[in-house]
Amino acid sequence: MTTASDILIEVKDLTFTRGSRRIFDRLNLTITRGDVTAIMGPSGTGKTTLLRLITRQLVPDHGQILVDGVDISTLDHRALYEMRKRFGMLFQNGALLTDYSVFENVAFPLREHTNLGRRLIRHIVLTKLHAVGLRGAADMMPAELSGGMARRVALARAMVMDPDILIYDEPFAGLDPISMGVIVRLVRRMNDALGISSIIVSHDVQEISTVADRSFLISKGTVAASGSPDELHQASSQVVRQFIHGMADGPVAFHYDAPDYEEQLLGREGD
Amino acid sequence: MFRDIYQTFVEFIRTFGALQLFFLNLLLHTPSVFIHRFRLVVLQVYNAGAVSIVIIMVCGLFVGAVLGLQAYSNLSRFNAEDTTGIFTAFALVKELGPVVTALLFAGRAGTSLASEIGLMRATDQLSAMEMMAVNPIRRVVVPRFLGGAISMPLLTAIFSVVGLLGAHLVAVELLNVDVGAFWQQMQDTLELSDVYEGIIKSVVFGVVASLIAVWEGYNAIPTAEGVGRATTRTVVVTAIAVLILDFMITAIVL
Repeated sequence: MTTASDILIEVKDLTFTRGSRRIFDRLNLTITRGDVTAIMGPSGTGKTTLLRLITRQLVPDHGQILVDGVDISTLDHRALYEMRKRFGMLFQNGALLTDYSVFENVAFPLREHTNLGRRLIRHIVLTKLHAVGLRGAADMMPAELSGGMARRVALARAMVMDPDILIYDEPFAGLDPISMGVIVRLVRRMNDALGISSIIVSHDVQEISTVADRSFLISKGTVAASGSPDELHQASSQVVRQFIHGMADGPVAFHYDAPDYEEQLLGREGD
Repeated sequence: MFRDIYQTFVEFIRTFGALQLFFLNLLLHTPSVFIHRFRLVVLQVYNAGAVSIVIIMVCGLFVGAVLGLQAYSNLSRFNAEDTTGIFTAFALVKELGPVVTALLFAGRAGTSLASEIGLMRATDQLSAMEMMAVNPIRRVVVPRFLGGAISMPLLTAIFSVVGLLGAHLVAVELLNVDVGAFWQQMQDTLELSDVYEGIIKSVVFGVVASLIAVWEGYNAIPTAEGVGRATTRTVVVTAIAVLILDFMITAIVL
């Protein structure tokens, strides 16, 4: 049973439109403290958009997003930045600052927000880099790193302020199996060792099922299913089955909406 | 068609308004950036200013030289070649110094500012800063804006001085204008108010050129094409703005 104090983030009746397209329609979900929560869904369902809404890089049209009971869309600039210090976010491509070395990237939040001395900053940064296995790469520049390494550096940077909540945007996309395994283990280890909560956006069903405590499957603007990886595997809903088992046919159409094929090829239009 | 013109007009007014708000936002953050992040500003003065010095000096030398040549060949028809110094000084200090420096600045430093900020946007670096509770306006945009705005008057001064040397080389060393007449007449005729006019222009152009560069970069569409377009627009918009403003300032000052 989850009690009110276990609820970290609560999304209520979230509605968000971009242009004429409604991305979320009355979406509800709750994220429990201490869990690794996965947000899954077919490409283009707005998973990344949801993360940007939760961190208020975007503002919802309707509905509330409560972090520890506080509606983040009501926060002023200062309070929002205070709130964001509790978040660590790993962007899809790492988003490292290309002008700075690996060391300076990880040190960046410390230099911006604290008055710690050089020695202490050095200790903290090297500890975090060691945790992701890249202490030896401290002097390298972001351009010299492979995709997997860049993401690990970004993870070290996301952790350096000891956040309560780590957010991963597609952490497995485009990685080789070894790097992927490393990141999967890191996600779990960071979550449990530091006693934080993690949110992962991904469509890698296999990887997610090994690491997530709870998953939400988003489709057509709402939560299509939620539960532990096992529960999702056994779910009977067609959307869930199609997604989890990677089937081409099902409610999620392979073809994007298009005019009639025959009509288009045989040139009824544009004659 | 009227509808298109109307739409374009509305779009222009809207962009112009947004640009003004953006400018106010930069000004709002300027004092705290100066106090708390002075080193970043110095770094950007170096990035925008120091790297432009060579191109400014080379161009200044040749603009001055050609002015000296033209002035001499025309003035000598009236046996007034001694006033070559006056002519070149007026042209350089009041007009060509600020204007050509601003155009060169847009091409050299403005484009690099715009593409740098645009690429940071395209690669999520600005969003990453936001998520680290660091305001990218304060950390990235304002220091670059100030760096550019501070550099421009300094570059303009260098341009004008080197230009005068170029004119001296051509007129005095090659064409045998009397060196005393060249410099003395210039000093006697050129007044402080003329120099002020050049300074006012260079300050205004510095603010405008830097503002346009950081604005275009910050609002670039986050794709390769978008950043490319932002870079091009920086040069085009700056050139137009500088030449229009040059006329307006001259009209007001005279």
